[in-house]
Amino acid sequence: MTDRPLFEDALAALEAKVEELSRGDAPLDRALAAFEEGLALYRRCHDLLAQAEQRVSKLVATAEGLREEPFPEA
Amino acid sequence: MEAIAVREARADEGPRALTVTELTRILRETLRSNPLLGRVLVRGEAGNVQRTPAGHVFFGLKDANAQIACVLFRDASEGLGFDLEDGMEVVASGDVDLYARRGEVQLVVRALTPAGVGAFWAAFQTTRRRLAAEGLFEESRKRPLPAFPRRIGVVTSEAGAVIHDVLVVLRRRFPLADVVVAPSLVQGPEAPASLRAALAAVQGRVDVVLVARGGGSLEDLWCFNDEGLARAIAACPVPVVSAVGHETDLTIVDFVADLRAPTPSAAAELVAPDRAELMAHVATLGAGLLRGTRDALRDRWTALASLGYRLTPSGLRRDVESNGRRLRAAGSGLEAGIRNSLRRDQERLTSLGRRLHLLSPLGTLRRGYAILLRPDGRVVSRAGEARSGDALLVRLHDGRLHVHVEAKEDP
Repeated sequence: MTDRPLFEDALAALEAKVEELSRGDAPLDRALAAFEEGLALYRRCHDLLAQAEQRVSKLVATAEGLREEPFPEA
Repeated sequence: MEAIAVREARADEGPRALTVTELTRILRETLRSNPLLGRVLVRGEAGNVQRTPAGHVFFGLKDANAQIACVLFRDASEGLGFDLEDGMEVVASGDVDLYARRGEVQLVVRALTPAGVGAFWAAFQTTRRRLAAEGLFEESRKRPLPAFPRRIGVVTSEAGAVIHDVLVVLRRRFPLADVVVAPSLVQGPEAPASLRAALAAVQGRVDVVLVARGGGSLEDLWCFNDEGLARAIAACPVPVVSAVGHETDLTIVDFVADLRAPTPSAAAELVAPDRAELMAHVATLGAGLLRGTRDALRDRWTALASLGYRLTPSGLRRDVESNGRRLRAAGSGLEAGIRNSLRRDQERLTSLGRRLHLLSPLGTLRRGYAILLRPDGRVVSRAGEARSGDALLVRLHDGRLHVHVEAKEDP
């Protein structure tokens, strides 16, 4: 449906990292790894939200069937 | 062509009577070639409504001074969505033609809509009762909207304020989703078919559909009471949000949709999660990440201290204490920052990201501390865990060193 990295996947993974860290039972090296991974996910979520630009198309009927063309916005 | 042939024959052989068939053919050509008589809209009162076993409907349309015969062929009458009755005020769209068998001018009706409050109300109630009896309006049929739509379909007119309003809201709230506009007529007798076609075209390409139209008169909004359109929405594989007219306008489409919004802008708000709220949520998670890591590190520092480790005893204790203070202060600062970021999101969050980074264990490493690791990644936290000659990794903020333990010394 779309080639974009999925925000909801990154968000769910970040939530899992925070959950893992908040349990507080991980060994130090695991906690550090979780933090680093979490930080990368945090940045990804943030960047996806901050940088997303909406793609708007319109459906046009052609001889070959329906095509999506850029929607011309005034 | 026929007419020309007839005239030529007359020139050669003198006057000749036309056959009735020839006359009606000429009349028919005349009617069909007049652009004023193709695709006309006629308003009048229906009378003498007769249904044939084959499913066609014959009726008359009249006003105070005139009347015209009308025929609604089966294909058109099946999609009507209301019961045409004598005395009902309607608007018919169709083409004027000559019915040769009876020598009668008639309107071949393609679409028919009720006109006038009484007729509207009667037709509306008929459709509503029929669909309600089939269970199409049941709450149990309503599907939840996707939490994070990837592609949002919008069925509406591509010109005008509605599509603009919807796009503005979607861009502000959730630019991560693509939007696919399926242009459609949104009023007039051809609108129901156009809306159905637009819905059919877009529904396989998106994970939620918004069907929208701005305010208008009862007549303008009538196409949203179309039974065929209502059935198409009920059968749509993805959830449909309706926003037709103003808040006080209720249409059949509103009953059958998975969610009804009071206005098109409100519909856009309902389908799209809010970026600002998501930003705040992500910031809260960032703070949770920090807090969890901070706690994990503090626990280790405490453990180290209580084990009586004395690398540089007073220095370590100071470090534990000052880090604890720093982290606590930073923690409360962070929380305040997150509250503010609810309103001023982007710059604040970027700087929050920077602060997160500073406070991270990586920041601690940057200040000159190192973490000693075994080749398998486990942390070496006691001298007892390493032996002379062991190959170890020293992790610094900007890289790793491979080292060998040369000698061991007790404190």
